Amino acid sequence: MSLRGSACIVGAFEHPTRKAEDKSVAQLHAEVAWGALQDAGLSKDDVDGYFCAGDAPGMGPLSVVEYLGLDRLRHVDSTDIGGSSYLAHVAHAAAAIATGRCNVALITLAGRPRSEGQATGTATRAQNPAVPDDQFEIPMGRTVAAAYAMCAMRHMHEFGTTSEQLAWIKVAASHHAQHNPHAMLKKVVTVEEVVNSPLVADPLHRLDCCVISDGGGALVVTRPEIARSLKRPVVSIRGTGEAVKNHAGGYNDLTFSGARWSGARAFEEAGVTPADIRYASIYDSFTITVLIQLEDLGFCAKGDGGKFVSDGNLISGVGKLPFNTDGGGLCNNHPANRGGMTKVIEAVRQLRGEAHPAVQVKDCGLALAHGTGGLLGHRHGSATLILERL
Amino acid sequence: MTFDERPIPAPIPDPITEPFWHAAREGRLTIGRCNDTGRHFFPPRGVSPFTLSPNVELVQASGRGVLYSWTVMRTKEPYIPAMVELAEGPRLFTNLVQVAPEDVRIGMALRVVFVPTADGPPVPMFAPA
Repeated sequence: MSLRGSACIVGAFEHPTRKAEDKSVAQLHAEVAWGALQDAGLSKDDVDGYFCAGDAPGMGPLSVVEYLGLDRLRHVDSTDIGGSSYLAHVAHAAAAIATGRCNVALITLAGRPRSEGQATGTATRAQNPAVPDDQFEIPMGRTVAAAYAMCAMRHMHEFGTTSEQLAWIKVAASHHAQHNPHAMLKKVVTVEEVVNSPLVADPLHRLDCCVISDGGGALVVTRPEIARSLKRPVVSIRGTGEAVKNHAGGYNDLTFSGARWSGARAFEEAGVTPADIRYASIYDSFTITVLIQLEDLGFCAKGDGGKFVSDGNLISGVGKLPFNTDGGGLCNNHPANRGGMTKVIEAVRQLRGEAHPAVQVKDCGLALAHGTGGLLGHRHGSATLILERL
Repeated sequence: MTFDERPIPAPIPDPITEPFWHAAREGRLTIGRCNDTGRHFFPPRGVSPFTLSPNVELVQASGRGVLYSWTVMRTKEPYIPAMVELAEGPRLFTNLVQVAPEDVRIGMALRVVFVPTADGPPVPMFAPA
């Protein structure tokens, strides 16, 4: 069964905070839920489906459902594939709506790693004896930064990709972030500034990495009849795809991501090609994440990503593929260390024509949002959405 | 600056991987073998990642390999995470030791070295062959 046209995103809200010392994670979930429902013109009592991932405190959805007072739920889903979860939730919500499991789905994300002082990218996490890979990887100092850096190193080896090419991704994000009053890093940076920033995990520099921020976001998904009865522009779900990639018994190719599979599924369902996409939200935990995913999604051939991202090709109004016009995780926001939610939210803004005028894509009728969750060099989830303005 | 002074956290074996870590204590690198397909795999486990069949065994590896990818974690005690492709086929996530970053090249020949951990079995890392 195709999900094409089966549901619409009618509410989207990004919490303006980037440092929430005075809030709890549950309170942030509640505030983004309120924001998204206000945006949609719906209320708590309309919500009969709730979706969240591992950032929600408590067992699956249970504690947040109680905190929010969601007492009319018929459907819950706490699928956790890291930062890509929220794109998968949109697809799962569309499927639940299409099969009559719910009518109004609420998806929330929130967290406060910045206030909690997490060394998100560079610290090795504690070993969990029940996780089968931990005993082989934690003693080796597995970190988020190293996992992505090894992909970058191999990509450079096979395809001649350079640090300057990767830097262009950060440069493009910074050009967009200067217009976002909420962005953590609003200063426009140059290729030289990126490659001269300190190395974190070779070949990735400090400015190749995303920000660490508190905050969150929420989405409301509903059936087309309800969407048309609301006052907001209608953003329809046209294509969806999911995939999981890992070491595969020791035969992992670090030069591609699960986007190769989730993207192909989404494009097939949508019946469009990468050339039709006017705006793309591309997960940007690191610059290399963007480059590999752009190749895997088919915006350029495998190995050509370095050339594709160079010379401002990702800058709105300058290049062929405007990306992450909110400044992305690289400059704006990466709430709870999970950037998938904000990827969907900026795509919705673009399709509604509500992005900042300086970065708004003209006649933006078709957008793609893609997320990677977990560790690109080890195991990760991928989720792709193709969204359409009706 | 040295790149292998980091204290290594001890791996916590489980009932399935205990033989792997027992071999490690003897300085032997073992890997999984799927008896249905003849393919080797890593990390070892009680089923084949290719077929899900329990028809698997733990076999001795040569301990030889080549560098597939690497990085330097520029933390207070820097170290060199790496992916090494074993002669038997599988790639494993490990660290490079006894080598400086400027001498590291993808494709370089490597041999296994067991590095002690604080209070557990030693772990397989790799040095220039």
